[in-house]
This record gives sequence, C-alpha cells and structure tokens, in this order.
Amino acid sequence: MTMLAAPAENADLMNRATIKGRSLWDDARRRLLANRAAMTGAVVLGLLILIALFGPLFWPHEYKTLYRDRTAIGPTLEHLHILGTDIYGRDMVARLMMGLQVSLAVGAVATLVSLVIGVAWGAIAGFAGGRVDQVMMRLVDILYAMPFIFFVILVTIVFGRSIFLIFLAIGAVEWMTMARIVRGQTLALKQKEFVEAARAAGVKPLGIVLRHIVPNLLGPVVVYVTLTMPVVILQESFLSFIGLGVNEPLTSLGRLISDGQRELSSSPWLLFGPAALMVVTLLSLNFIGDGLRDALDPKER
Amino acid sequence: MRTNAAPGSHPLLSVEGLKVHFPVTEGVVLPRQVGLIKAVDGVDFTIRRGETFSIVGESGCGKSTTALAILRMQDASAGRILFDGVDITALGPGAMRPWRRRMQMVFQDPFSSLNPRMKVGDILAEPLRVHGLAGDRDAARAKLDELMRLVGLLPDMAERYPHEFSGGQRQRIAIARALALEPDLVICDEPVSALDVSIRSQILNLLMELQERLGLAYLFIAHDLSVVRHISDRVAVMYLGRIVEIAERDELFSAPKHPYTQALLSAVPIPDPEAEALREEAMVRGDPPSPRNPPPGCTFHPRCAHAMDVCRTDEPVMVATGTTGRATCHLHAANDPAAARRAAV
Repeated sequence: MTMLAAPAENADLMNRATIKGRSLWDDARRRLLANRAAMTGAVVLGLLILIALFGPLFWPHEYKTLYRDRTAIGPTLEHLHILGTDIYGRDMVARLMMGLQVSLAVGAVATLVSLVIGVAWGAIAGFAGGRVDQVMMRLVDILYAMPFIFFVILVTIVFGRSIFLIFLAIGAVEWMTMARIVRGQTLALKQKEFVEAARAAGVKPLGIVLRHIVPNLLGPVVVYVTLTMPVVILQESFLSFIGLGVNEPLTSLGRLISDGQRELSSSPWLLFGPAALMVVTLLSLNFIGDGLRDALDPKER
Repeated sequence: MRTNAAPGSHPLLSVEGLKVHFPVTEGVVLPRQVGLIKAVDGVDFTIRRGETFSIVGESGCGKSTTALAILRMQDASAGRILFDGVDITALGPGAMRPWRRRMQMVFQDPFSSLNPRMKVGDILAEPLRVHGLAGDRDAARAKLDELMRLVGLLPDMAERYPHEFSGGQRQRIAIARALALEPDLVICDEPVSALDVSIRSQILNLLMELQERLGLAYLFIAHDLSVVRHISDRVAVMYLGRIVEIAERDELFSAPKHPYTQALLSAVPIPDPEAEALREEAMVRGDPPSPRNPPPGCTFHPRCAHAMDVCRTDEPVMVATGTTGRATCHLHAANDPAAARRAAV
C-alpha cells in the first residue's frame, strides 16, 4: 500500500496533530468539576467518609462503652460528650461515627452487589434478545412483584440477623432496577452501526458485550449507582427502624434514628444528631448523582 | 500494493436466488405467524474482482438486507451465496470467521458506526486483533500508520476519539477499518448519503482511488443515482425485494428499459431550471406497496404508466434487453423472441 496525499480537509489538523485525544470521560470530568453543588457534595461526603473511618481512632469514647452514671445527658463539654449520651450512657458522637460507618458500608456493598448482578443480567438479556431476554426479564418481573419486607423477613428467619444479610437482601432487590436500565440501554446500543461493524469484523458476542456495549453503558450506570446509594442507605435505615437491621451494640443511622424517636420528648438530641447526619449524607450523594448525570448527559455535548 | 489473486473461473461473489423473509408474529406468550415480509425475494447477481456493482432502489426495497445477508449477518431464507466459488450460505460463526476477512462493510452513518468510547487506533486495530493479525506492538503500530495514511489521515490522530473528527474524517476512519483486513470485497451501504454534499465527492474519489490501488471490488448500495453513475461499473435496480433491471452503467443510464428505472432516472434533478421544466413528468406515483402484501403479477404494476392486463396477473421473468442488460418486464418479454426460450430453460 502506498500513501495517498492528505486531502485539504485535514490541513488545519496538521499543525495540532500531536495534541492528545480528549475522551468523553475527560469532557465529563471537566463539567463535573465545574458543578458547584456536585463538588460541595463530593467534599462533604469525602469528609464524612474520613470521619466515619478514622474518627473512632481519635475520639476518647468508644461506641459501646456504658457510662452508667451519665445516662441521657444533653450536649455538654463535660467529659467531651458534645452531642450528649443515650439512655444507656453511651457517647453519641462515637455512636454516630459507628452508625455512619455501617450505613455507608451497607450503601457501598449493596450498591456494588446490585451493580455487578444488574449490569451482567441486563447486558446479557438485552444483547441475547429473543427467548433468553424474555425468560430473564420475566424472572425480574416476578421478583419485582415480591414485597421487599416480606423477602427480608423471610431471609432473616431462615439465616438469622447479621449485617452481611442486610447487604445481601438489599443488593438482591436493588439489582433488578439496574438490570432493567442496562437492558434498555443495551437494546438501543445493539442497533448502533458500530456493533454491526464489530460483528462484520468477526468479534465474538462476549467481546462485543465487553468492548462495545458495557463501556457505552457506563454513563447511565454510574449515575444510577450514585442515586442508588442513598436509596440503599434509606432501606437499611428502614429495616433497622422496624427492628430487622443491625444488632446491638452495633448501630446504623437508621437504628439511631429509631432509638432517638422513642426519647424525642425527653432527650431530643438523640434524634436530631443522627437525623441531621443522615440528611447531610443523602444530600451529598444526591448532589453528586445529579452532577454526574448532567456531566455525562450526551445531549449536553 | 497488493495484487489480486488470478481470477479463477468463478466470480468473486455470486448470489443465486437469495431470499430473506421475515415472519410477522402476533402474541407475546404464544406467538403465531400472521404474515411474511419478503424483504428480499429471489435476487441473482454476480460481482467480479475489482469491479463496482451498485444496487439502487427506494428505501425498503431490500438493498441493505441483501448486503447483510451476503455478510451473513442476516440469515438467508433460501438461495445461495458463493464467495470465491465457495458456498458460505450455511457456515456457522466459527467457519465464517476466515471469510469475514475477505469481505468488509462501510456503513451509512459515520456518527453511529464508530464506538465513541474507543480511540481511533483501537477501532482500527480491533479487526486485526480479532483475526490474530495484530502482531507485536511495532508491527501493529506500523500497520496502523499505513492504514491512516491510506485513507488520508495523519497517523498521530490514532490517539484521538471519534467525536473529535468531522463527518468526512469519520467516514475515512470507517473505510480504514474496513480495509484493515485487506478484503477483496467491500460492501458500502450508502457511504456518502449521511455526509455533507461538499464532502461526498472527496469520499467517493477516495473509494475509487483505493479500488485502483488495492484491486477492491465494491458492492455499492445507494439511492442517489448521480453518485451511482459516478462510481459504478454495473448497476442493478431493486424494487420490492427483486432486481427489476440490471445492466452496465452506461447502458442503464443511456437506455433504461424497465419503466421503474426510467421513472427513477427521470426523477434525478437536472442542474438547469430550463431543462428541468421541459422534461417529462416523473412516472412513479404513490408509495411502494407493502412487502407484506405485494400486488399480484408484476409488483410494480399499480404504479406503472405502461401496465397491461398481463402485468396484473403474471409475474414477469428476467429477459435480455440489450447488449448487457436484463430486465423483468412484460413490455420487453413481448418484444424479445428469446424470452420464451430463456424462460423455458
């Protein structure tokens, strides 16, 4: 093969030909960095994660230590109980840090579980199409129809209560929405000519899914992940609130709120602390999710 | 520069009686067939090495389905596809893979045919990788540079993403991808109709230059007759899943035989308002009938200005109409004494 003269169309590109390519991700990152609400959310969430992980190492009180002579005291600088103690005399700051740690862990792990199952399930169903798709998605419909609480109670009865179980139960429910989103996107992508081109080149089905479908799904998936985390955290809180969540002395934000609302009239700080922390956490996550959605939205391009 | 294999006794591609039918089903739980769409319904043609064979027709006439069937991306309902004399109609995905090296496709829309998440270099390298031809890093890099230069792009651009290129440049990338495997046949499905008019001739000239250098054969699918006239050696006109006329380019454009071809040609705009005003009115009225329920006899008769009684009842057979041409039309069957003999054979 011999070289052909570069046509005039490329003349203006000659001079800056060495500029490195800017991927769609680079563009999205720039837009995200310019989004003030999303960046504030990211900073706040980052701080919360640091506090949840490393705060307990530096705080003078442990989350399970009972100070029997100081039960249910309000916020005070004495003994550094700046957010008070609960009715058993445990320091609220220590309990909040523990609760946040558990809630964030549940959110992260359950979301990860739903991400892996949902993307694999949806991409395979959408790409395979036909009868495989029908069977896989009808199964999702059936599971969808099952009441969440009923499912969790069932699981709890069979396996007993544990934090691992909460990860599993929430992940096992949340993946279905992800699978539907991913399947819809896959159906749209499958019609794209670059998938046809890959088929014409002889790329095997698995290669097409991994190299062509999944990378193009990541935009909506990333957005959905960040919006799933708050939902998962709320669900865990709900389970803890009705008494199906984590075991004492371990705690979570939902559990703290549940305990706090019982003492609302006598010790309101037991409710306000965890409730405020929950709101801040969820707001940051939602802001990040919204920012990501705006940044990755192809219509903006 | 690559030389073509010595032409054997068989053409590069031979399509015999190709049919692609799609069942129409109703009901989700227990689907039952309620109809049949005959997207391609008995198409015969051959493509010789190094020639450009064009298929023209309105949208929905089955030209793209024919292309997909040849690439085995759509299963044929009947008929045979012979590539270089070998029947590839029923090969499985594994057995088909070596043949995919020899026929590649350029798609219509360069904005949808390049994966937006892959760098241009990766897009071009993918076919090579799939067929184990990428070699070591240096060899792959050299091959990539060669491909980029071949289509008039700079090798440095391989590090960029498709969205950083114009439509014309993207179509060049798509052409480079099709050429990566050094195919003998490139199927171009409306390769310029999504491009700006100003870019079209550049891409067409690139295709023609590449054909000359690499000895490629093209199956060129288009609805724009001026483009077809520019690039083709032979032209087939499709209507409702069948070829109604097939001839060498000059013969088809100077002396079209089938009323449908005549009508298509009369619809081509003439870049001269006075001449445009003087010419006969287009003879095709209305839309093509549904391929799900085609009219009896000659499928073109409801729109044909010359329709006779026989057209409404009998399907015309393909008859020779000139030195190179053939057409399926009762007008010419009556004029051609050889038709009866040919039909008998």
